[in-house]
Amino acid sequence: MPESSPRVGLFVTCLVDMFRPSVGFAAVKLLEDAGCTVEVPEAQTCCGQPAYNSGDQADARAIACNVIAAFRGYDYVVVPSGSCGGMIVKHYPEFFEPGTTEHDEALDLARRTHELTSFLTRVMKVEKVEAQFPARATYHDSCSGLRELGIRNEPRKLLASVAGVSLREMTDAEVCCGFGGTFCVKYPGISDKMLEKKLHHIEATGADTLIAGDLGCLMNMAGKLKRMGSPIKVRHVAEVLAGDHATPPIAEAK
Amino acid sequence: MDLGAANFKDNVGKALADDKLQFAMTETGPRFIAKRTKAREALPEFDQLRDQARDIKDHVLDHLDIYLEKYEAKVKETGGHVHWAETPDDARAAVLAICRKANAKMVTKGKSMISEEIDLNQHLAENGIVPVETDLGEYIIQLRNERPSHIIAPAVHLTRDQVEADFRRVHTHLDPKRDLTEIPALVEEARAVLRQKYLAADVGITGANFLIAETGTSIIVTNEGNGDLTQTLPKVHIVLASIEKLVPTLEDATTILRVLARSATGQDFSNYTTFSTGGRRPGDPDGPVEYHVILLDNGRANVLGTEFQDMLRCIRCGACLNHCPVYNSVGGHAYGWVYPGPIGSVVTPALIGIENARHLPNASTFCGRCEEVCPMRIPIPKMLRHWREKEFERHLQPTSQRWGLGLWAWMAKRPKLYRRATALAARVLANQAHGKGRLRKVPLASGWTEFRDLPAPQGKTFHQLWKERRP
Amino acid sequence: MSARDAIMARVRAKLPKGPEGSRREAVERHISQHQQNLIPERGQGDIEHRIRVFTEMMLAVGGTVEIVDDVNDVPHAVSVYLRDGNLPAIVRRGTDPLLARLPWHRGGTLDVLEGPAVDADRASVSHAFAGVAESGTIVQVSGPENPTTLNFLPEAHIVVLESSALFASYEEAWTKLRNLMGEGNMPRTVNMISGPSRTADIEQTIVRPAHGPKNMHVIIVR
Repeated sequence: MPESSPRVGLFVTCLVDMFRPSVGFAAVKLLEDAGCTVEVPEAQTCCGQPAYNSGDQADARAIACNVIAAFRGYDYVVVPSGSCGGMIVKHYPEFFEPGTTEHDEALDLARRTHELTSFLTRVMKVEKVEAQFPARATYHDSCSGLRELGIRNEPRKLLASVAGVSLREMTDAEVCCGFGGTFCVKYPGISDKMLEKKLHHIEATGADTLIAGDLGCLMNMAGKLKRMGSPIKVRHVAEVLAGDHATPPIAEAK
Repeated sequence: MDLGAANFKDNVGKALADDKLQFAMTETGPRFIAKRTKAREALPEFDQLRDQARDIKDHVLDHLDIYLEKYEAKVKETGGHVHWAETPDDARAAVLAICRKANAKMVTKGKSMISEEIDLNQHLAENGIVPVETDLGEYIIQLRNERPSHIIAPAVHLTRDQVEADFRRVHTHLDPKRDLTEIPALVEEARAVLRQKYLAADVGITGANFLIAETGTSIIVTNEGNGDLTQTLPKVHIVLASIEKLVPTLEDATTILRVLARSATGQDFSNYTTFSTGGRRPGDPDGPVEYHVILLDNGRANVLGTEFQDMLRCIRCGACLNHCPVYNSVGGHAYGWVYPGPIGSVVTPALIGIENARHLPNASTFCGRCEEVCPMRIPIPKMLRHWREKEFERHLQPTSQRWGLGLWAWMAKRPKLYRRATALAARVLANQAHGKGRLRKVPLASGWTEFRDLPAPQGKTFHQLWKERRP
Repeated sequence: MSARDAIMARVRAKLPKGPEGSRREAVERHISQHQQNLIPERGQGDIEHRIRVFTEMMLAVGGTVEIVDDVNDVPHAVSVYLRDGNLPAIVRRGTDPLLARLPWHRGGTLDVLEGPAVDADRASVSHAFAGVAESGTIVQVSGPENPTTLNFLPEAHIVVLESSALFASYEEAWTKLRNLMGEGNMPRTVNMISGPSRTADIEQTIVRPAHGPKNMHVIIVR
């Protein structure tokens, strides 16, 4: 562990905030178990991706400035999402002219910001978690986490340490599930075709639980699985690592 | 024939409902990917070569005026002719003039995307010259009066039974009893028919993968040998190329060739890589007497020095198509113009105008696989996003999207208000789910609920709960 | 304004402004130095290594390779190859000096035709300018003695490759070519050939041949 008790600002993400706070609390538990002091800055809303990816640079930049200000002073900023994490780490610095104070601040935030599982393993050197979660699971690599932040082994390593979890890899785990933010509502037909292929690979593993690190992808996959009447349970990786059985899986009844 | 990039949504609908297309795409996409992976793993230096390939092309683009001059001078020195074309019209006219001068009745053609870009076949046919495509895939789609659906595998959207039907329809000499159900039989039939065309053609037209400034050389890369028969047997060879195809030296061309075939088909090197410099020399027993190069701009120069310049590094390998989950879902024709897939969605708006292709940059999840595999390291998602910025600036996006996102952004910049709105939305949606954990229908969210349920919020937002639990 | 001038003007207007002289100099230097970029290790090694890698690569793309110790054994090898492939004992070649002085009578009834290929030719033999181990590639240059059609029209293409011309990389072939032709000069055609003609245009299924030779047979002379 690098510091005695690093002060971590949790970037909740807009989807976790509104749809699935249990992911946020699971993240808090994991961070505290790892020895961090967790705070949740009030002034955060969203990372700004919807605006950024719709070509609205001005709003995206304004939102980025809010986030930069809200997370000033924390040793680390942790995000239970590779996508929002990628936005902060890879794209915020692009909003500002190199050499300016804003650019320096964006770079500084980018350096302090980590996706949850990579923060636990790379920064806090967590080797295993104390949790139990019976699941024959398969893991979907979310695109941004995988390709922008290089996260692949981190969640798998931690999941392997959960008592009761057995992981089986699906074909094309690294291929997009068809979510893509606003893409999935703008081009539902294409999104559905991609989703169909993804679910086919998930089902072929015989897994009873689907795990991923991004709530957007998870809601997309769970939404279709449940529409088709599939018994496969869908969960965010933080919930499994925190041993949260109590919360019903995504899109399932209490 | 032109489906139109503007009709992307309709094209997608048709593509998704086309069982044969879906079968072809599901079968072939993974094969390309596996072949590239294998080739890449067999060459430890692959990624370093990609870096060098990128740097070579960046250097050329920064000095393009001088390289073009050098190249032109060298072609002239070797007895070749260079014809500059600002527009497709210019290029078509130049080709036609050369063909007329050669009294051409029939021309054979190697695969060329520039030919597609300038709709050359139609123009030749209208002027009484028969164009014959000789690349097997191009030949098949010419019979069907279609555009290529893929940059290097033009007929990838078709199945063998469709090809058989086309051959039986057009090759009237075919014995109905002859078995053409297997692919080798189809290839043999095409070989026999096209062999006679090569021998009879008056002019051979090919594309160019690269133009070398050092030597005034054009390069074509094929596996079938069709390009070589096309350019070697007739009296006249015409090369169709665009201005960004320049590379400085033989060594530089070689470096890029090392990443080209591996990225495209997963081969270490294509079967035939041919370097052509001028026409027949004294004493040459064969080869074309005349050698012409058409140098097309068609909007490329305007891309230089802009945020889109990197697209000009593209070597048309097709790797981004093969790895694109969107391309693999809808096929190439849905994109509606010459260049499909991720790179097409970057290039097409530059060449025909973003207002005529406004869906293309949006039809991406930004999954990043295209950039990951691009041998020239073109940041495709970034360029797609730049196009979205242009659309935003020019108010080309649908009004509902503008309003929706505008309202959302307005709220997202006001945390307190945002808190209240999300708390309300979370409560309302959670109530509507009636404890089932999901919603089948949500007002204004049919894009989501058409194919999926919407997972219901848990009831309170994280920020509400955090305040309650950690006051 | 001509199309050329219009395009050039557009290109120049868009490019980063810099002193014209130094930009020109950078281009001149780049071309005249024609520096080698990274060369993969795969083909590099002694002649045994190069023969091994070349053979492996050529076999992988559907070609065949045989090794003879003496160039005078080539006619016999050609005749055996044609017989084994059920091809008539007729072969087409150019006036290449090495091929011209071979003792073709040792090929038995072998009939040797001279000149560019015609459609009826079933087999050709040509003398390789170079071979490249890295990818199992043959380099052919056109000229009065080496018709290009020999590489494409016949069904079987036989290539004689001297081991002294079997290089590790394409770059060594360029060096040999520059030594022959002079800086900046190329023959009308340089063909790099890696195996017999193929297509995968229908359902991504590889079929040989497409339009060119069905068989490619390389005879390496040690």
